[in-house]
Amino acid sequence: MPSFGNRSLRTEPRRSAPSLIRDRSWPKLLPALVVIVPLFAAAFILAVIQSLGYFPLIGLRSFNVDAYRSLLGHGEFWQSLLVSTWIAVMAALLSTVLGIAMALGIRKIWRRSGRLAFLSQLNLPIPHVIGALAMVHLLGQSGLIARLGHATGIIEAASEFPAVVYDPFSVGILAEFVWKDAPFIAIVALGVLGTVGESYESVAASLGASSWQRLHHVTLPLLVPAVAPASVIVFAFAFGSFEVPLLLGQSFPSALPVLAYRLHTNVDLGVRPEAMALAVVMSLVVMAATLLYLALVRRLLRREKM
Amino acid sequence: MTATQETDRVTSPSPSPFRKPSRPRRLRGTRGGRIAAVLIVAIILLPLVPLVINSFARGYVFPQLVPAEWSIRAWRIVLATDGGTWEALGWSVGVAATVTALSLVVGVPAGRVLGLRSFRGKRLLEFLVLTPLLVPAVAVAIGLDITFIRLGLSGTFWGVVLVHLILAAPYAVLVLAGVFANYDADFEAQATTLGASTLNVFRHVTMPAIKPGLIVAGFFAFIVSWSQYVLTLQIGGGKILTLPVLLVSTANGGDASITGALTIVSVLPVVVLLAVASRHVVRAGLGTTGT
Repeated sequence: MPSFGNRSLRTEPRRSAPSLIRDRSWPKLLPALVVIVPLFAAAFILAVIQSLGYFPLIGLRSFNVDAYRSLLGHGEFWQSLLVSTWIAVMAALLSTVLGIAMALGIRKIWRRSGRLAFLSQLNLPIPHVIGALAMVHLLGQSGLIARLGHATGIIEAASEFPAVVYDPFSVGILAEFVWKDAPFIAIVALGVLGTVGESYESVAASLGASSWQRLHHVTLPLLVPAVAPASVIVFAFAFGSFEVPLLLGQSFPSALPVLAYRLHTNVDLGVRPEAMALAVVMSLVVMAATLLYLALVRRLLRREKM
Repeated sequence: MTATQETDRVTSPSPSPFRKPSRPRRLRGTRGGRIAAVLIVAIILLPLVPLVINSFARGYVFPQLVPAEWSIRAWRIVLATDGGTWEALGWSVGVAATVTALSLVVGVPAGRVLGLRSFRGKRLLEFLVLTPLLVPAVAVAIGLDITFIRLGLSGTFWGVVLVHLILAAPYAVLVLAGVFANYDADFEAQATTLGASTLNVFRHVTMPAIKPGLIVAGFFAFIVSWSQYVLTLQIGGGKILTLPVLLVSTANGGDASITGALTIVSVLPVVVLLAVASRHVVRAGLGTTGT
Protein backbone atom coordinates (compact mmCIF):
# COMPACT_ATOMS: atom_id res chain seq x y z
CA MET A 1 0.00 0.00 0.00
CA PRO A 2 1.34 3.45 -0.79
CA SER A 3 2.03 5.04 2.55
CA PHE A 4 0.40 8.30 3.46
CA GLY A 5 3.66 9.99 4.16
CA ASN A 6 5.44 9.94 7.46
CA ARG A 7 4.53 12.24 10.23
CA SER A 8 6.60 15.34 10.16
CA LEU A 9 9.34 15.44 12.73
CA ARG A 10 8.28 18.95 13.60
CA THR A 11 4.94 17.77 14.92
CA GLU A 12 4.95 17.65 18.65
CA PRO A 13 4.72 14.24 20.30
CA ARG A 14 1.58 15.06 22.23
CA ARG A 15 -0.32 14.96 18.95
CA SER A 16 0.33 11.26 18.56
CA ALA A 17 -2.28 10.19 21.09
CA PRO A 18 -3.29 6.76 19.78
CA SER A 19 -7.03 7.20 20.10
CA LEU A 20 -9.08 9.07 17.54
CA ILE A 21 -12.18 8.53 19.63
CA ARG A 22 -10.89 10.32 22.71
CA ASP A 23 -10.13 13.59 20.93
CA ARG A 24 -13.11 13.28 18.63
CA SER A 25 -11.22 13.62 15.36
CA TRP A 26 -12.70 10.43 13.88
CA PRO A 27 -15.69 12.21 12.30
CA LYS A 28 -13.25 13.89 9.93
CA LEU A 29 -12.62 10.53 8.32
CA LEU A 30 -16.28 9.73 7.89
CA PRO A 31 -17.16 11.69 4.72
CA ALA A 32 -14.34 10.09 2.75
CA LEU A 33 -15.14 6.62 4.06
CA VAL A 34 -18.85 7.07 3.37
CA VAL A 35 -18.09 8.05 -0.21
CA ILE A 36 -15.54 5.34 -0.88
CA VAL A 37 -16.27 2.24 1.18
CA PRO A 38 -20.02 1.42 1.10
CA LEU A 39 -20.46 1.55 -2.67
CA PHE A 40 -17.26 -0.32 -3.25
CA ALA A 41 -18.08 -2.91 -0.61
CA ALA A 42 -21.60 -3.21 -1.99
CA ALA A 43 -20.23 -3.84 -5.48
CA PHE A 44 -18.00 -6.61 -4.17
CA ILE A 45 -20.59 -8.23 -1.91
CA LEU A 46 -23.27 -8.10 -4.60
CA ALA A 47 -20.87 -9.62 -7.10
CA VAL A 48 -20.09 -12.43 -4.65
CA ILE A 49 -23.79 -13.09 -3.96
CA GLN A 50 -24.70 -13.11 -7.63
CA SER A 51 -21.69 -15.25 -8.50
CA LEU A 52 -22.97 -17.85 -6.04
CA GLY A 53 -26.06 -18.20 -8.18
CA TYR A 54 -28.46 -15.99 -6.26
CA PHE A 55 -30.02 -14.04 -9.09
CA PRO A 56 -33.74 -13.44 -8.48
CA LEU A 57 -34.01 -11.39 -11.68
CA ILE A 58 -33.59 -14.54 -13.75
CA GLY A 59 -35.28 -16.83 -11.27
CA LEU A 60 -32.17 -18.14 -9.54
CA ARG A 61 -32.53 -18.27 -5.76
CA SER A 62 -30.19 -21.00 -4.63
CA PHE A 63 -26.60 -20.79 -3.52
CA ASN A 64 -24.02 -22.91 -5.29
CA VAL A 65 -20.57 -22.70 -6.82
CA ASP A 66 -21.66 -23.74 -10.32
CA ALA A 67 -20.55 -20.45 -11.84
CA TYR A 68 -17.03 -20.82 -10.44
CA ARG A 69 -16.85 -24.44 -11.54
CA SER A 70 -17.97 -23.55 -15.03
CA LEU A 71 -15.67 -20.51 -15.24
CA LEU A 72 -12.57 -22.34 -14.04
CA GLY A 73 -13.42 -25.24 -16.34
CA HIS A 74 -13.27 -23.00 -19.41
CA GLY A 75 -9.98 -22.97 -21.28
CA GLU A 76 -10.74 -19.38 -22.29
CA PHE A 77 -10.60 -18.20 -18.66
CA TRP A 78 -7.09 -19.56 -18.19
CA GLN A 79 -5.91 -18.15 -21.52
CA SER A 80 -7.34 -14.74 -20.60
CA LEU A 81 -5.74 -14.94 -17.17
CA LEU A 82 -2.42 -15.55 -18.89
CA VAL A 83 -2.98 -12.58 -21.23
CA SER A 84 -3.87 -10.23 -18.37
CA THR A 85 -1.00 -11.40 -16.17
CA TRP A 86 1.47 -10.95 -19.02
CA ILE A 87 0.12 -7.44 -19.71
CA ALA A 88 0.22 -6.40 -16.05
CA VAL A 89 3.68 -7.79 -15.26
CA MET A 90 5.30 -6.46 -18.42
CA ALA A 91 3.59 -3.07 -18.16
CA ALA A 92 4.78 -2.64 -14.57
CA LEU A 93 8.28 -3.88 -15.32
CA LEU A 94 8.86 -1.85 -18.48
CA SER A 95 7.25 1.33 -17.09
CA THR A 96 9.31 1.12 -13.92
CA VAL A 97 12.65 0.56 -15.63
CA LEU A 98 12.04 3.16 -18.33
CA GLY A 99 10.47 5.60 -15.85
CA ILE A 100 13.51 5.48 -13.59
CA ALA A 101 15.84 5.83 -16.57
CA MET A 102 13.74 8.77 -17.73
CA ALA A 103 13.90 10.43 -14.32
CA LEU A 104 17.66 10.02 -14.13
CA GLY A 105 18.06 11.35 -17.66
CA ILE A 106 15.76 14.29 -17.20
CA ARG A 107 16.65 15.54 -13.72
CA LYS A 108 19.85 17.11 -14.93
CA ILE A 109 17.91 19.75 -16.80
CA TRP A 110 14.64 19.50 -14.90
CA ARG A 111 14.94 22.67 -12.89
CA ARG A 112 16.30 24.74 -15.71
CA SER A 113 13.67 24.01 -18.32
CA GLY A 114 10.11 24.35 -17.15
CA ARG A 115 8.86 23.77 -20.65
CA LEU A 116 10.51 20.37 -20.91
CA ALA A 117 9.18 19.44 -17.50
CA PHE A 118 5.70 20.34 -18.67
CA LEU A 119 6.03 18.43 -21.95
CA SER A 120 7.32 15.30 -20.24
CA GLN A 121 4.11 15.20 -18.19
CA LEU A 122 1.89 15.98 -21.13
CA ASN A 123 0.38 12.51 -21.35
CA LEU A 124 -0.35 12.29 -17.62
CA PRO A 125 -3.89 13.67 -18.03
CA ILE A 126 -4.61 12.02 -21.38
CA PRO A 127 -7.33 9.35 -21.02
CA HIS A 128 -6.34 5.77 -21.82
CA VAL A 129 -9.11 5.67 -24.43
CA ILE A 130 -7.20 8.31 -26.37
CA GLY A 131 -3.84 6.66 -25.76
CA ALA A 132 -5.24 3.42 -27.16
CA LEU A 133 -6.70 5.13 -30.24
CA ALA A 134 -3.39 6.92 -30.73
CA MET A 135 -1.55 3.59 -30.71
CA VAL A 136 -3.91 2.18 -33.36
CA HIS A 137 -2.98 5.07 -35.66
CA LEU A 138 0.69 4.94 -34.75
CA LEU A 139 1.48 1.21 -34.65
CA GLY A 140 -1.31 -0.35 -36.74
CA GLN A 141 -0.53 -1.89 -40.11
CA SER A 142 -1.59 1.31 -41.85
CA GLY A 143 -0.31 3.52 -39.03
CA LEU A 144 2.31 6.24 -39.08
CA ILE A 145 5.27 3.91 -38.44
CA ALA A 146 4.16 1.57 -41.22
CA ARG A 147 3.85 4.59 -43.54
CA LEU A 148 7.33 5.72 -42.58
CA GLY A 149 8.50 2.18 -43.36
CA HIS A 150 6.91 2.43 -46.77
CA ALA A 151 8.29 5.89 -47.45
CA THR A 152 11.81 4.68 -46.70
CA GLY A 153 11.34 1.56 -48.80
CA ILE A 154 11.56 -0.93 -45.94
CA ILE A 155 8.12 -2.36 -46.64
CA GLU A 156 6.05 -2.44 -49.81
CA ALA A 157 2.57 -3.20 -48.49
CA ALA A 158 0.74 -2.58 -45.23
CA SER A 159 0.50 -6.33 -44.62
CA GLU A 160 4.30 -6.56 -44.45
CA PHE A 161 4.33 -4.45 -41.31
CA PRO A 162 4.46 -6.70 -38.23
CA ALA A 163 1.12 -6.98 -36.45
CA VAL A 164 1.75 -5.25 -33.13
CA VAL A 165 -1.86 -4.21 -32.64
CA TYR A 166 -4.52 -6.91 -31.97
CA ASP A 167 -1.54 -9.26 -31.62
CA PRO A 168 -1.05 -12.30 -29.34
CA PHE A 169 1.81 -10.66 -27.41
CA SER A 170 -0.18 -7.52 -26.64
CA VAL A 171 2.62 -5.29 -27.94
CA GLY A 172 0.22 -2.45 -28.75
CA ILE A 173 -1.35 -2.66 -25.29
CA LEU A 174 2.06 -2.64 -23.61
CA ALA A 175 3.16 0.30 -25.74
CA GLU A 176 0.14 2.25 -24.54
CA PHE A 177 0.72 1.46 -20.86
CA VAL A 178 4.42 2.21 -21.05
CA TRP A 179 3.74 5.45 -22.90
CA LYS A 180 1.30 6.52 -20.18
CA ASP A 181 2.95 5.06 -17.10
CA ALA A 182 6.70 5.46 -17.58
CA PRO A 183 6.28 9.27 -17.19
CA PHE A 184 4.13 8.59 -14.10
CA ILE A 185 6.93 6.52 -12.53
CA ALA A 186 9.38 9.20 -13.62
CA ILE A 187 7.42 11.91 -11.78
CA VAL A 188 7.35 9.83 -8.62
CA ALA A 189 11.09 9.16 -8.93
CA LEU A 190 11.83 12.83 -9.64
CA GLY A 191 9.83 13.76 -6.54
CA VAL A 192 12.19 11.65 -4.44
CA LEU A 193 15.33 12.77 -6.25
CA GLY A 194 14.27 16.38 -5.85
CA THR A 195 13.63 15.98 -2.12
CA VAL A 196 16.77 14.00 -1.33
CA GLY A 197 19.05 16.02 -3.59
CA GLU A 198 22.38 14.79 -4.84
CA SER A 199 24.32 14.94 -1.59
CA TYR A 200 24.36 11.16 -1.02
CA GLU A 201 25.46 10.54 -4.56
CA SER A 202 28.12 13.22 -4.31
CA VAL A 203 29.44 11.69 -1.10
CA ALA A 204 29.53 8.26 -2.74
CA ALA A 205 31.29 9.75 -5.75
CA SER A 206 33.89 11.49 -3.62
CA LEU A 207 34.50 8.21 -1.83
CA GLY A 208 35.29 6.74 -5.20
CA ALA A 209 32.06 4.92 -6.09
CA SER A 210 31.64 4.38 -9.82
CA SER A 211 28.45 5.62 -11.44
CA TRP A 212 27.16 2.04 -11.55
CA GLN A 213 27.89 1.64 -7.84
CA ARG A 214 26.19 4.95 -7.09
CA LEU A 215 23.13 3.86 -9.05
CA HIS A 216 23.00 0.41 -7.46
CA HIS A 217 23.87 1.24 -3.84
CA VAL A 218 22.67 4.83 -3.46
CA THR A 219 20.13 6.03 -6.02
CA LEU A 220 18.00 2.91 -6.50
CA PRO A 221 17.59 2.15 -2.76
CA LEU A 222 16.48 5.76 -2.28
CA LEU A 223 13.86 5.33 -4.99
CA VAL A 224 12.37 1.99 -3.91
CA PRO A 225 10.04 3.22 -1.11
CA ALA A 226 8.21 5.59 -3.46
CA VAL A 227 8.59 3.84 -6.80
CA ALA A 228 7.52 0.39 -5.59
CA PRO A 229 3.98 1.46 -4.59
CA ALA A 230 3.70 3.43 -7.82
CA SER A 231 4.64 0.36 -9.84
CA VAL A 232 2.04 -1.64 -7.93
CA ILE A 233 -0.56 0.87 -9.08
CA VAL A 234 0.66 0.42 -12.66
CA PHE A 235 0.42 -3.36 -12.27
CA ALA A 236 -3.10 -3.29 -10.83
CA PHE A 237 -4.28 -0.76 -13.36
CA ALA A 238 -2.89 -2.68 -16.33
CA PHE A 239 -4.43 -5.89 -15.01
CA GLY A 240 -7.85 -4.30 -14.59
CA SER A 241 -7.92 -1.99 -17.58
CA PHE A 242 -10.86 -2.49 -19.90
CA GLU A 243 -10.67 0.06 -22.68
CA VAL A 244 -7.02 -0.47 -23.61
CA PRO A 245 -7.29 -4.22 -24.38
CA LEU A 246 -10.73 -3.56 -25.86
CA LEU A 247 -9.28 -1.16 -28.43
CA LEU A 248 -5.84 -2.71 -28.92
CA GLY A 249 -6.14 -6.38 -28.00
CA GLN A 250 -6.87 -9.51 -30.00
CA SER A 251 -10.45 -10.70 -29.72
CA PHE A 252 -9.51 -14.22 -28.56
CA PRO A 253 -8.27 -14.81 -25.98
CA SER A 254 -9.04 -11.33 -24.67
CA ALA A 255 -7.87 -9.75 -21.42
CA LEU A 256 -9.94 -10.75 -18.34
CA PRO A 257 -11.84 -7.44 -17.97
CA VAL A 258 -12.94 -7.61 -21.61
CA LEU A 259 -14.06 -11.22 -21.10
CA ALA A 260 -15.97 -10.20 -17.95
CA TYR A 261 -17.75 -7.38 -19.75
CA ARG A 262 -18.60 -9.67 -22.66
CA LEU A 263 -20.08 -12.26 -20.31
CA HIS A 264 -22.00 -9.56 -18.45
CA THR A 265 -23.55 -8.09 -21.58
CA ASN A 266 -24.30 -11.50 -23.12
CA VAL A 267 -27.91 -11.78 -24.28
CA ASP A 268 -28.08 -15.07 -22.40
CA LEU A 269 -28.71 -13.90 -18.84
CA GLY A 270 -27.82 -17.39 -17.64
CA VAL A 271 -24.09 -16.57 -17.90
CA ARG A 272 -24.44 -13.55 -15.60
CA PRO A 273 -23.33 -15.53 -12.52
CA GLU A 274 -20.19 -16.46 -14.45
CA ALA A 275 -19.52 -12.79 -15.21
CA MET A 276 -19.86 -12.04 -11.49
CA ALA A 277 -17.61 -14.97 -10.57
CA LEU A 278 -15.03 -13.60 -12.96
CA ALA A 279 -15.32 -10.12 -11.40
CA VAL A 280 -14.69 -11.67 -7.97
CA VAL A 281 -11.79 -13.83 -9.13
CA MET A 282 -10.19 -10.87 -10.95
CA SER A 283 -10.40 -8.69 -7.85
CA LEU A 284 -8.95 -11.39 -5.61
CA VAL A 285 -6.08 -12.06 -8.02
CA VAL A 286 -5.15 -8.36 -8.12
CA MET A 287 -5.28 -7.97 -4.35
CA ALA A 288 -3.28 -11.14 -3.73
CA ALA A 289 -0.66 -10.11 -6.28
CA THR A 290 -0.44 -6.63 -4.75
CA LEU A 291 0.00 -7.88 -1.19
CA LEU A 292 2.60 -10.40 -2.32
CA TYR A 293 4.52 -7.73 -4.21
CA LEU A 294 4.47 -5.29 -1.31
CA ALA A 295 5.59 -7.99 1.10
CA LEU A 296 8.54 -8.71 -1.19
CA VAL A 297 9.43 -5.01 -1.40
CA ARG A 298 9.23 -4.66 2.38
CA ARG A 299 11.55 -7.63 2.84
CA LEU A 300 13.94 -6.16 0.30
CA LEU A 301 13.95 -2.81 2.10
CA ARG A 302 14.58 -4.42 5.46
CA ARG A 303 17.57 -6.26 4.02
CA GLU A 304 18.95 -3.05 2.48
CA LYS A 305 18.81 -1.30 5.83
CA MET A 306 20.91 -3.96 7.55
CA MET B 1 24.74 7.74 -19.18
CA THR B 2 25.13 4.05 -20.02
CA ALA B 3 28.38 4.74 -21.83
CA THR B 4 29.94 6.30 -18.73
CA GLN B 5 28.72 3.45 -16.58
CA GLU B 6 30.33 0.95 -18.91
CA THR B 7 33.69 2.71 -18.97
CA ASP B 8 33.60 3.09 -15.20
CA ARG B 9 33.11 -0.60 -14.83
CA VAL B 10 35.94 -1.35 -17.21
CA THR B 11 38.37 1.00 -15.53
CA SER B 12 37.53 -0.22 -12.03
CA PRO B 13 37.79 -4.00 -12.04
CA SER B 14 38.50 -4.03 -8.32
CA PRO B 15 35.76 -5.86 -6.40
CA SER B 16 36.17 -3.42 -3.51
CA PRO B 17 33.24 -0.99 -3.31
CA PHE B 18 35.69 1.86 -2.78
CA ARG B 19 38.32 3.00 -5.19
CA LYS B 20 40.90 5.48 -4.10
CA PRO B 21 39.21 8.85 -3.65
CA SER B 22 38.92 10.80 -6.87
CA ARG B 23 37.62 14.30 -7.44
CA PRO B 24 33.82 14.50 -7.09
CA ARG B 25 32.05 14.09 -10.38
CA ARG B 26 29.82 16.68 -11.86
CA LEU B 27 26.39 15.10 -11.67
CA ARG B 28 24.38 17.51 -13.76
CA GLY B 29 24.27 19.44 -16.99
CA THR B 30 25.69 16.93 -19.45
CA ARG B 31 24.90 17.21 -23.11
CA GLY B 32 23.74 13.60 -23.22
CA GLY B 33 21.12 14.34 -20.60
CA ARG B 34 19.79 17.21 -22.65
CA ILE B 35 19.52 15.10 -25.77
CA ALA B 36 17.86 12.31 -23.79
CA ALA B 37 15.28 14.73 -22.43
CA VAL B 38 14.42 16.08 -25.88
CA LEU B 39 14.12 12.50 -27.13
CA ILE B 40 11.80 11.61 -24.26
CA VAL B 41 9.54 14.55 -25.06
CA ALA B 42 9.51 13.57 -28.74
CA ILE B 43 8.47 10.01 -27.85
CA ILE B 44 5.73 11.33 -25.59
CA LEU B 45 4.32 13.55 -28.33
CA LEU B 46 4.76 11.10 -31.23
CA PRO B 47 1.59 8.98 -30.72
CA LEU B 48 -0.55 12.11 -30.87
CA VAL B 49 0.83 13.12 -34.27
CA PRO B 50 -1.29 10.77 -36.43
CA LEU B 51 -4.45 11.85 -34.59
CA VAL B 52 -3.75 15.49 -35.37
CA ILE B 53 -2.87 14.74 -39.02
CA ASN B 54 -6.00 12.63 -39.39
CA SER B 55 -8.23 15.41 -38.11
CA PHE B 56 -7.08 17.77 -40.89
CA ALA B 57 -6.91 15.19 -43.68
CA ARG B 58 -9.34 13.75 -46.16
CA GLY B 59 -8.91 10.24 -47.53
CA TYR B 60 -5.68 9.77 -45.57
CA VAL B 61 -5.02 6.14 -46.55
CA PHE B 62 -1.89 4.00 -46.55
CA PRO B 63 0.79 4.70 -47.76
CA GLN B 64 0.33 8.51 -47.66
CA LEU B 65 2.72 10.01 -45.17
CA VAL B 66 1.60 13.57 -45.78
CA PRO B 67 -2.11 13.74 -46.60
CA ALA B 68 -2.85 14.13 -50.33
CA GLU B 69 -5.75 16.40 -49.42
CA TRP B 70 -6.13 18.65 -46.39
CA SER B 71 -9.61 19.45 -45.12
CA ILE B 72 -11.42 20.90 -42.16
CA ARG B 73 -14.49 18.74 -42.85
CA ALA B 74 -13.98 16.65 -39.70
CA TRP B 75 -13.63 19.75 -37.55
CA ARG B 76 -16.81 21.21 -39.03
CA ILE B 77 -18.71 18.04 -38.17
CA VAL B 78 -17.21 17.69 -34.70
CA LEU B 79 -17.71 21.32 -33.75
CA ALA B 80 -21.21 21.59 -35.26
CA THR B 81 -23.67 22.80 -32.65
CA ASP B 82 -26.12 19.99 -33.36
CA GLY B 83 -23.46 17.26 -33.12
CA GLY B 84 -22.93 15.33 -29.92
CA THR B 85 -19.58 16.93 -29.09
CA TRP B 86 -20.76 19.91 -27.09
CA GLU B 87 -23.21 17.81 -25.15
CA ALA B 88 -20.46 15.26 -24.39
CA LEU B 89 -18.11 18.06 -23.39
CA GLY B 90 -20.82 19.37 -21.09
CA TRP B 91 -21.33 15.96 -19.46
CA SER B 92 -17.60 15.42 -19.07
CA VAL B 93 -16.95 18.84 -17.53
CA GLY B 94 -20.06 18.66 -15.35
CA VAL B 95 -19.34 15.20 -13.98
CA ALA B 96 -15.60 15.82 -13.52
CA ALA B 97 -16.10 19.21 -11.82
CA THR B 98 -18.69 17.77 -9.42
CA VAL B 99 -16.50 14.76 -8.67
CA THR B 100 -13.53 17.08 -8.06
CA ALA B 101 -15.44 19.34 -5.67
CA LEU B 102 -16.83 16.40 -3.68
CA SER B 103 -13.44 14.67 -3.60
CA LEU B 104 -11.85 17.76 -2.08
CA VAL B 105 -14.66 18.22 0.43
CA VAL B 106 -14.25 14.67 1.75
CA GLY B 107 -10.50 14.58 1.09
CA VAL B 108 -9.38 17.56 3.19
CA PRO B 109 -10.62 16.35 6.59
CA ALA B 110 -9.65 12.73 5.92
CA GLY B 111 -6.25 13.72 4.54
CA ARG B 112 -5.70 15.86 7.60
CA VAL B 113 -6.31 13.04 10.04
CA LEU B 114 -4.32 10.50 8.02
CA GLY B 115 -1.46 12.90 7.39
CA LEU B 116 -1.10 14.48 10.83
CA ARG B 117 -1.99 11.63 13.11
CA SER B 118 -0.77 8.18 13.84
CA PHE B 119 -3.24 5.90 15.46
CA ARG B 120 -4.21 2.28 15.81
CA GLY B 121 -5.89 0.89 12.71
CA LYS B 122 -4.37 3.52 10.44
CA ARG B 123 -2.97 0.93 8.05
CA LEU B 124 -6.35 -0.75 7.79
CA LEU B 125 -7.99 2.57 7.01
CA GLU B 126 -5.40 3.36 4.35
CA PHE B 127 -6.03 -0.06 2.86
CA LEU B 128 -9.80 0.55 2.80
CA VAL B 129 -9.36 3.91 1.11
CA LEU B 130 -6.97 2.60 -1.52
CA THR B 131 -8.46 -0.80 -2.44
CA PRO B 132 -10.82 0.70 -5.04
CA LEU B 133 -7.75 1.80 -7.00
CA LEU B 134 -6.50 -1.77 -7.20
CA VAL B 135 -9.69 -3.58 -8.13
CA PRO B 136 -10.66 -3.62 -11.83
CA ALA B 137 -13.24 -0.96 -12.67
CA VAL B 138 -15.17 -3.55 -14.69
CA ALA B 139 -15.70 -5.57 -11.51
CA VAL B 140 -17.18 -2.52 -9.73
CA ALA B 141 -19.26 -1.61 -12.77
CA ILE B 142 -20.91 -5.00 -13.20
CA GLY B 143 -21.23 -5.56 -9.45
CA LEU B 144 -23.25 -2.38 -9.03
CA ASP B 145 -25.17 -2.67 -12.28
CA ILE B 146 -28.45 -4.20 -11.11
CA THR B 147 -28.50 -2.36 -7.79
CA PHE B 148 -28.06 1.00 -9.52
CA ILE B 149 -30.90 0.17 -11.88
CA ARG B 150 -33.09 -0.73 -8.90
CA LEU B 151 -32.14 2.44 -7.01
CA GLY B 152 -32.95 4.52 -10.07
CA LEU B 153 -29.37 5.77 -10.23
CA SER B 154 -28.60 4.11 -13.54
CA GLY B 155 -28.47 6.54 -16.43
CA THR B 156 -28.42 9.56 -14.12
CA PHE B 157 -25.85 12.29 -13.57
CA TRP B 158 -25.58 11.54 -9.84
CA GLY B 159 -25.23 7.81 -10.44
CA VAL B 160 -22.20 8.44 -12.63
CA VAL B 161 -20.78 11.00 -10.16
CA LEU B 162 -21.11 8.44 -7.34
CA VAL B 163 -19.21 5.68 -9.14
CA HIS B 164 -16.52 8.11 -10.30
CA LEU B 165 -16.09 9.23 -6.69
CA ILE B 166 -15.15 5.68 -5.65
CA LEU B 167 -11.99 6.13 -7.74
CA ALA B 168 -11.39 9.89 -7.55
CA ALA B 169 -11.77 10.40 -3.78
CA PRO B 170 -8.94 7.97 -2.87
CA TYR B 171 -6.55 10.00 -5.05
CA ALA B 172 -7.60 13.22 -3.33
CA VAL B 173 -7.20 11.66 0.13
CA LEU B 174 -3.82 10.23 -0.87
CA VAL B 175 -2.44 13.54 -2.13
CA LEU B 176 -3.87 15.58 0.75
CA ALA B 177 -2.58 13.14 3.38
CA GLY B 178 0.86 13.69 1.88
CA VAL B 179 0.37 17.44 2.07
CA PHE B 180 -0.74 17.34 5.69
CA ALA B 181 2.16 15.05 6.61
CA ASN B 182 4.39 18.11 6.07
CA TYR B 183 1.98 20.58 7.60
CA ASP B 184 2.56 22.29 10.91
CA ALA B 185 -0.75 22.55 12.73
CA ASP B 186 0.81 24.75 15.43
CA PHE B 187 0.31 27.81 13.23
CA GLU B 188 -3.43 27.27 13.60
CA ALA B 189 -3.09 27.14 17.36
CA GLN B 190 -1.18 30.42 17.28
CA ALA B 191 -3.87 32.09 15.18
CA THR B 192 -6.54 30.82 17.56
CA THR B 193 -4.61 32.12 20.54
CA LEU B 194 -4.49 35.49 18.84
CA GLY B 195 -8.26 35.42 18.59
CA ALA B 196 -8.98 34.21 15.07
CA SER B 197 -12.27 32.41 14.53
CA THR B 198 -12.34 28.83 13.21
CA LEU B 199 -13.44 30.08 9.79
CA ASN B 200 -10.72 32.72 9.69
CA VAL B 201 -8.09 30.21 10.75
CA PHE B 202 -9.11 28.00 7.86
CA ARG B 203 -9.22 30.88 5.38
CA HIS B 204 -6.03 32.65 6.36
CA VAL B 205 -3.84 29.92 7.81
CA THR B 206 -4.80 26.43 6.64
CA MET B 207 -5.97 27.31 3.14
CA PRO B 208 -2.85 29.20 1.95
CA ALA B 209 -0.62 26.45 3.33
CA ILE B 210 -2.40 23.57 1.60
CA LYS B 211 -3.37 25.42 -1.60
CA PRO B 212 -0.75 23.75 -3.85
CA GLY B 213 -1.84 20.38 -2.46
CA LEU B 214 -5.49 21.21 -3.11
CA ILE B 215 -4.67 22.10 -6.71
CA VAL B 216 -2.81 18.83 -7.25
CA ALA B 217 -5.49 16.75 -5.48
CA GLY B 218 -8.22 18.47 -7.48
CA PHE B 219 -6.28 17.96 -10.69
CA PHE B 220 -5.97 14.23 -10.05
CA ALA B 221 -9.64 13.85 -9.10
CA PHE B 222 -10.59 15.72 -12.27
CA ILE B 223 -8.50 13.61 -14.65
CA VAL B 224 -9.59 10.36 -12.99
CA SER B 225 -13.20 11.28 -13.68
CA TRP B 226 -12.39 12.75 -17.12
CA SER B 227 -10.68 9.51 -18.22
CA GLN B 228 -13.31 7.11 -16.93
CA TYR B 229 -14.80 4.87 -19.60
CA VAL B 230 -16.28 1.58 -18.46
CA LEU B 231 -17.98 2.90 -15.31
CA THR B 232 -19.62 5.68 -17.29
CA LEU B 233 -20.63 3.27 -20.03
CA GLN B 234 -22.20 0.79 -17.62
CA ILE B 235 -23.77 3.10 -15.03
CA GLY B 236 -24.50 5.94 -17.48
CA GLY B 237 -26.48 3.44 -19.52
CA GLY B 238 -25.99 5.32 -22.79
CA LYS B 239 -27.63 8.44 -21.37
CA ILE B 240 -24.61 10.13 -19.82
CA LEU B 241 -22.48 10.31 -22.95
CA THR B 242 -19.18 11.72 -21.75
CA LEU B 243 -16.34 12.30 -24.21
CA PRO B 244 -14.65 8.89 -23.72
CA VAL B 245 -17.95 7.09 -24.34
CA LEU B 246 -18.64 9.18 -27.45
CA LEU B 247 -15.07 8.67 -28.58
CA VAL B 248 -15.19 4.87 -28.54
CA SER B 249 -18.48 4.76 -30.41
CA THR B 250 -17.11 7.27 -32.94
CA ALA B 251 -13.94 5.21 -33.36
CA ASN B 252 -16.09 2.13 -33.99
CA GLY B 253 -17.84 4.17 -36.69
CA GLY B 254 -14.56 4.09 -38.56
CA ASP B 255 -14.10 7.73 -39.65
CA ALA B 256 -10.51 8.38 -38.63
CA SER B 257 -10.71 12.14 -39.31
CA ILE B 258 -13.67 12.66 -37.00
CA THR B 259 -12.11 10.40 -34.37
CA GLY B 260 -8.90 12.42 -34.64
CA ALA B 261 -10.69 15.74 -34.18
CA LEU B 262 -12.69 14.40 -31.25
CA THR B 263 -9.57 13.12 -29.48
CA ILE B 264 -8.07 16.60 -29.69
CA VAL B 265 -11.25 18.11 -28.25
CA SER B 266 -11.01 15.58 -25.38
CA VAL B 267 -7.35 16.24 -24.70
CA LEU B 268 -7.20 20.03 -24.85
CA PRO B 269 -9.15 20.85 -21.67
CA VAL B 270 -7.04 18.58 -19.47
CA VAL B 271 -3.80 19.73 -21.05
CA VAL B 272 -4.77 23.32 -20.21
CA LEU B 273 -5.52 22.17 -16.65
CA LEU B 274 -2.14 20.47 -16.54
CA ALA B 275 -0.48 23.69 -17.62
CA VAL B 276 -2.12 25.39 -14.65
CA ALA B 277 -1.40 22.59 -12.17
CA SER B 278 1.99 21.70 -13.65
CA ARG B 279 4.19 23.75 -11.34
CA HIS B 280 2.45 22.30 -8.33
CA VAL B 281 2.54 18.75 -9.66
CA VAL B 282 6.28 19.02 -10.14
CA ARG B 283 6.80 20.61 -6.75
CA ALA B 284 4.57 18.18 -4.88
CA GLY B 285 6.40 15.65 -7.02
CA LEU B 286 3.75 13.15 -6.04
CA GLY B 287 5.99 12.92 -2.97
CA THR B 288 2.86 11.72 -1.26
CA THR B 289 3.45 8.13 -2.32
CA GLY B 290 6.10 7.80 0.37
CA THR B 291 9.09 9.78 1.52
